[in-house]
Amino acid sequence: MSSIEHAADLPAWAALAVAFFLVVGAGLTLIGTIGFVRLPTFYERIHAPTLGTSWGTGGVVMASMIFFTVLSTRPVVHEILIGIFVTVTTPVTLMLLARATLHRDRAEGNPDVPGEAPAQVLVEDGAATKAD
Amino acid sequence: MSHTILSWAMVFAQICLVLAMALAALRMARGPRAQDRVLALDTLYVNSMLLLMVFGIRTGKVIYFEASLVIGMLGFVATVALAKFLMRGEVIE
Amino acid sequence: MLPYPLLSASLVVMWLALNGFTLGHLILGSVVAVFASWGMASLRPAKPRMPKWYLLPKLVGIVLYDIVRSNIAVASILVAGRGRRFRSGFITVPLDLQNPTALAVLAVVVTSTPGTAWLEYNSLSRTVLIHVLDLVDEAEWQALIKGRYEALLMEIFE
Repeated sequence: MSSIEHAADLPAWAALAVAFFLVVGAGLTLIGTIGFVRLPTFYERIHAPTLGTSWGTGGVVMASMIFFTVLSTRPVVHEILIGIFVTVTTPVTLMLLARATLHRDRAEGNPDVPGEAPAQVLVEDGAATKAD
Repeated sequence: MSHTILSWAMVFAQICLVLAMALAALRMARGPRAQDRVLALDTLYVNSMLLLMVFGIRTGKVIYFEASLVIGMLGFVATVALAKFLMRGEVIE
Repeated sequence: MLPYPLLSASLVVMWLALNGFTLGHLILGSVVAVFASWGMASLRPAKPRMPKWYLLPKLVGIVLYDIVRSNIAVASILVAGRGRRFRSGFITVPLDLQNPTALAVLAVVVTSTPGTAWLEYNSLSRTVLIHVLDLVDEAEWQALIKGRYEALLMEIFE
C-alpha cells in the first residue's frame, strides 16, 4: 500500500476524519446506485441517485475541504463550488426528467400514473382535503 | 497508523465509486425506457465527478477538481437537454 | 453600467479565487462580470423579496437534519431490499404558497431530500404531485410538507 506523500504532515485526527467522510460518502453513493439497479419502477428509481447527490457529494466535499484546509495547500474554492452546483442542479434535472416521464406515461395511457385531472375538480378536491 | 487507514479509505472509496459507475452503466444498457437511460447517464456523471475528486485528494492536484467541475456542468446541461427532448413527446422508441 | 452590483462583485471574487490574483485576471474577470450582469439584466428576472431572511438559517438547519435522517431511512430500505416490503406511491398536496421563489425553494427541498420527489405543480388548482418511496400514511406526509416546510417558507417570503 503506497502511502500518500503530500499528506505526511496531516495530523492523525484529520486523517481519520477525512477517511470517515470518504468512506461514508462513497459507500452511500454505492448503496444508492445498487438501489437504482434493483428497484422495479422508474418513479421508485428516481429516489436512488439522490443518495449520491446529497450525502455522497457532501461526504467527499467535506473530506476534501478538511484535507486541504488542514494541510493549507490551497483555498477550497472548487469544493464549495462543486457542492453548491450539485445541490442546485440535481433537483432541476430530476424534476425535468420526472415531468417528461409523467408526460410520456400519460400520452401512452399508463394506468399506474395519476392522470391530469381538470383544474376545477382538483380545486374542490384540495378544498375538501383541507376541510378534513 | 492513521495514514494507513486514510490510504485504505481512499482505495475503498475509489472501488465503491467505480462499482457505482459500473452499476449505472448496467442500468443504462438495460433501460428499459429512455428516461431510465437518461437518469443513468446523470448518475454516471455524478459518480465520475466524485471519483475525480477522490483522485484530486489522493494526488493533491487542482486539475482534477477543475475537471470534475467541468464534468458536473456538462452533465447538467446534457441531462436537461435530453429531458427537454423527451418532454416533446416526439421520441419514437 | 452595472445593473446587478452584487452579482458582478461576486463573479469577480470567484474569478480571482479560481484563477489566482493577478492584474490580468482582475481585468479579465471584471470584463466577464460586466457582460454577465448585462446578460442577466436582459433576462429581466423577478426580484425575489425576503422580508424575514433571518429565518433562512433555521430552514437550512431543518433541511440538513431531514436530509441526514432520510438518507439513513432510504439507505436502510435499499440495503434490506426484497426482505422488507415497502409501498411507494403518489400523493397530492394542496399548497397555500404562491410566491414563485418560495415554490422553487420548496421544490428544491423536497427533491433533494431522498425518499420524496417533486413531480408536478399545477398552478390552476394549486396542488403538487409528489412521489414518496416509503409511503406509510398519506396524511402524515401531507402534514409534514405543509407543517414543516410550507409554514416556514410562508413566514419567510410573505
